[in-house]
Amino acid sequence: MMEQATGGYRGVWRRLRRNPMGMIGLAMLVTAIGVALLAPWLSPYDPNAIIRVTILDIYQSPSPAHWLGTDDAGRDVLTNFLYGARVSLTVGFFASFIAVSIGGLLGLSAGFLGGRTEGVLMRFTDIMLVIPDLPLAVVIVALTKPSLTNIILVIGLLGWTGTARLVRAQTMSVKQRKFVLRARAVGAGNRYIMHRHIFPLVLPLMVVNTVLVISLAILNESTLSFLGLGDPATLSWGQMLNYAFTRGAMSAGAWWALIPPGFGIVWVVLACTLLGQGLEQALNPRLLTHHLAADRTLTSHRRLQPAPTSEGATPGNR
Amino acid sequence: MPEPLLRVRGVRKLFPIKAAGWRTHAQRVVHAVDDVNFDLGAGEALALVGESGCGKSTLALTLLGLEPLTAGSIRFEGQELAGAPPEVWRLARRHIQMIFQDPYESLNPLMTVGEIVAEPLQVHKLATATEERRRRIMAALDDAGLKPAQHFMRRFPHELSGGQRQRVAIAAALVLEPRLLVADEPVSMLDVSIRAEILNLLADLKVRRQIAVLFITHDLGTVSAIADRIAVMYLGRIVEIGAVNDVLTTPQHPYTQALLSVVPAPNPRLRRQHIILQGETPDPVNLPAGCRFHPRCPVAIARCHQVDPVLQAVGAGHAVACIRTTELRTNTL
Ligand SMILES: Nc1ncnc2c1ncn2[C@@H]1O[C@H](COP(=O)(O)OP(=O)(O)O)[C@@H](O)[C@H]1O
Ligand SMILES: [Mg+2]
Repeated sequence: MMEQATGGYRGVWRRLRRNPMGMIGLAMLVTAIGVALLAPWLSPYDPNAIIRVTILDIYQSPSPAHWLGTDDAGRDVLTNFLYGARVSLTVGFFASFIAVSIGGLLGLSAGFLGGRTEGVLMRFTDIMLVIPDLPLAVVIVALTKPSLTNIILVIGLLGWTGTARLVRAQTMSVKQRKFVLRARAVGAGNRYIMHRHIFPLVLPLMVVNTVLVISLAILNESTLSFLGLGDPATLSWGQMLNYAFTRGAMSAGAWWALIPPGFGIVWVVLACTLLGQGLEQALNPRLLTHHLAADRTLTSHRRLQPAPTSEGATPGNR
Repeated sequence: MPEPLLRVRGVRKLFPIKAAGWRTHAQRVVHAVDDVNFDLGAGEALALVGESGCGKSTLALTLLGLEPLTAGSIRFEGQELAGAPPEVWRLARRHIQMIFQDPYESLNPLMTVGEIVAEPLQVHKLATATEERRRRIMAALDDAGLKPAQHFMRRFPHELSGGQRQRVAIAAALVLEPRLLVADEPVSMLDVSIRAEILNLLADLKVRRQIAVLFITHDLGTVSAIADRIAVMYLGRIVEIGAVNDVLTTPQHPYTQALLSVVPAPNPRLRRQHIILQGETPDPVNLPAGCRFHPRCPVAIARCHQVDPVLQAVGAGHAVACIRTTELRTNTL
């Protein structure tokens, strides 16, 4: 029976574990987070150490002393790479937290309240959706001080539209379900229903969405940094790429200055995408889609049907 | 005459439908419930019978304030509910509980049975002491036939059968000790084999707890187990109402007669000739003029195309909406 699949969030983890792609994504993301957290212990050098450089230290190729060579300032690329994970993931997590919070709040309100509120909120979302994010982000970051906080805010404040639409659709479909009607019949008010019946069924979708938005935020941060709009005080992967491109890594043939940050970005984005898709599949389809409205779609009122079994046969084949 | 527990007068629920073409300016409406009147006494069970789409569920939802009325009056324990402020409805919903048709959809998949049954208490802030709440939940589960109760408390709906789920819904309705239970086709989605159990449970609760029951069904065969009276509904209106015995043995309305004629009679001697209704159910958007049953009525005459009949008493507590009732009765006698 199909209903067997529902029930609690525990089932989601059980089904995710059986999804190889999802588990690979999860492992990759955990690795990235581990690297970011353990950067001080994994790094061979102190990233902030003031070092004396000679022309010979610049763009050194990989060697036992510098496994991934050195960059344009003669610093160790491996160290930069490991610390860069911290910046990229920080931006990814905080920006997506902001984006999903805003999108979730708007989507839940619009979907649940309906009517005028919904019209206004969704019109606003549509406007935000058609404005291209990146050029706007470039303009805003260029006009404000390019600090890490500003980048997080800009990415978060511009990246919620997709979440808002998704959450609204899910909220509307949960709202239609009969157990919400039953809660109303019992006497529950809007706040109780939202908190107890709607939100718990929308939350899984928001989790999936967060994971996907993290990868978008990391990509956006890399793009902004690559365009020279990153925080000059921190070295994210995007910033590493930016310096490599603008400071002659290409002409020096220093591939080691380009590949690690590029690899890091691809790694995290791929991890989030795989995990997000795995979670999506692991979430019960019955949580995500409206159960067939048996009352109006399955029974036709065009028939006179006093036969006792005419409606009774449904439980078996639903 | 004392005020009945529930007094329904002239209740009407029209659903406006979006005009199909931009040129149609006339607002079209579905006449889901169209002038319904009945009384329900305390501890009494009334069966509301009619084919799918005749407006039974809509009527039930209006009684709980889940669909706002278009017109009419609903008095519960003397208190007018139509157009009443939310506080009045809130209080009324403590005493009126509903059981829905689909036990697979009407329970939140993420809540345990214990949480589902506790919900009404939580919503109404009743039995706030942990111990008392637990006791009431267990008692309700027990009364609904889920025994032993603690065995079910931590289960999720998907771990239960359809019948068990409907019992959970019944327990959640019982936990507030309501005075009126509206049961909308509570067994129609269940396996035939367990229908009788659930029906007996409801009948038993009605007797033991003195709860009034509005039992909605499309199947006349399930009525006599529970009901004291029957109301037969056709296209949003009650066409015949009376004591179970009167309506089942001497049905007066041609529609009731047609419905009854195809119910497998337990007693072969009472078996009637099948009356097959011609035509299709007219749609509730374009109601026929005159009697709304006339296009399908085997005994319709010209006057039925013009006169819209109202319920008229034909016996003690037995009323029929058909202009030919007296005439046809004298003919057959
Ligand atoms: N929310 C709604 N909007 C429009 N029409 C509705 C709505 N609910 C019910 N109806 C219509 O009202 C009529 C009665 O429906 P319903 O009360 O569900 O009948 P029953 O429960 O007797 O099968 C049907 O024609 C149905 O299509
Ligand atoms: Mg119905």
